[in-house]
Amino acid sequence: MTAFHLYMAQRLSALVMAPFVLVHLGVMIYAIQGGLTAAEILGRTQGSLFWFLFYGMFVIAVALHAALGLRVILAEWAGLRGGVLNGVSTAIGLGLLGLGAHAVWAVTAGGGA
Amino acid sequence: MLVYLNRNTGSTAPERWKAKVTQRETITVTVQRGSAATGQQAQEFQVPAYESQTVLDVVSWIQQNTDPTLTYRFACRVGMCGSCAMMVNGVPRWTCRTHVKKVLKDQRIDIAPLRNLPVLKDLAVDMDPFFDKWVAAEGRHHPTAGREEPIPAINPEAQNRQVASAGIECINCSICYAACDTVANDPDYLGPAALQRAWTLYNDAKDADRSAILDAVSGKGGCHSCHSMGSCTTYCPNGLDPLSAIAGLKRATTRRFFGGGA
Ligand code: SF4
Ligand code: SF4
Ligand code: FES
Repeated sequence: MTAFHLYMAQRLSALVMAPFVLVHLGVMIYAIQGGLTAAEILGRTQGSLFWFLFYGMFVIAVALHAALGLRVILAEWAGLRGGVLNGVSTAIGLGLLGLGAHAVWAVTAGGGA
Repeated sequence: MLVYLNRNTGSTAPERWKAKVTQRETITVTVQRGSAATGQQAQEFQVPAYESQTVLDVVSWIQQNTDPTLTYRFACRVGMCGSCAMMVNGVPRWTCRTHVKKVLKDQRIDIAPLRNLPVLKDLAVDMDPFFDKWVAAEGRHHPTAGREEPIPAINPEAQNRQVASAGIECINCSICYAACDTVANDPDYLGPAALQRAWTLYNDAKDADRSAILDAVSGKGGCHSCHSMGSCTTYCPNGLDPLSAIAGLKRATTRRFFGGGA
């Protein structure tokens, strides 16, 4: 992994995230017209392979993008270097991935389908 | 006759001249003194103000009239050699071409050694890290032909040549390097001048190893560390644009990643 590969991973994850963010916001605005309950949301998302893949990929891209961005900040502002820098940013990435995956699983697994 | 006149006016010609000198306005100049070993401390000097005067003139006046031990660097005094750069009121400038009037605030100027480089003594910094990074950025010529072969003609209108020409008037003053916050926060970062040099060579028809250049700027502290905030371009006294040169390197490395060739 060179500095360039990390740079590319961050740019590409941003590229992946852009349409996800737009669809995510668009669907939210569309879905809340006329009120919305948790049960209604779960009714649409549970058992949906589409929403599982959509938010699954979204979460992977977010975890990568945020961890790489924070890695630069930790290096330049907190002076972390080498193994410590890699360790902390990997932990942040895995943490975000874990939290995100947990949420995705909670809203898309089980139910109908 | 002269003596009589002087008695009348109560002043001799040299005294009148002296009075003029003491009446001359002065500027208060703070200079950072000391080496890395001693640490730096500000020292204040009163320097006579002249109508036309550069910051380098002020520093030289102190060295010649008040303290001969003041250490600083200059050579050409006309903005060509790049050796006189210092921090003036917190901003990196070429002191030989910075008029005092332009930077004077409340009749004061603060002068300090260039930022982001180790201080040797007073206003002289160690330029080695700056030049070492030129080498690390592969800022050296990779010849396309030997000395026996004919020199190929270069078309000055060619697009690549124009891009290269935009960056070759660099005088190695390190002002952009001092202005760059990424250099300040990341000791590995190659910095704007070295990367701009790499970009001019990359666009030079007479350079034979574009891949080596892209490799050199893709590692730790390479062009991808640049945050594109543009302090380099803002402060370059020669009006060069390292920010765009670095953006060019980022594009070239990305193109190569997607199989576009070096
Ligand atoms: S644009 Fe890049 S090189 Fe220029 S000052 Fe900013 S970080 Fe440094
Ligand atoms: S790019 Fe400009 S500021 Fe930087 S070293 Fe060259 S001349 Fe000086
Ligand atoms: S003394 Fe040469 S550039 Fe200022």
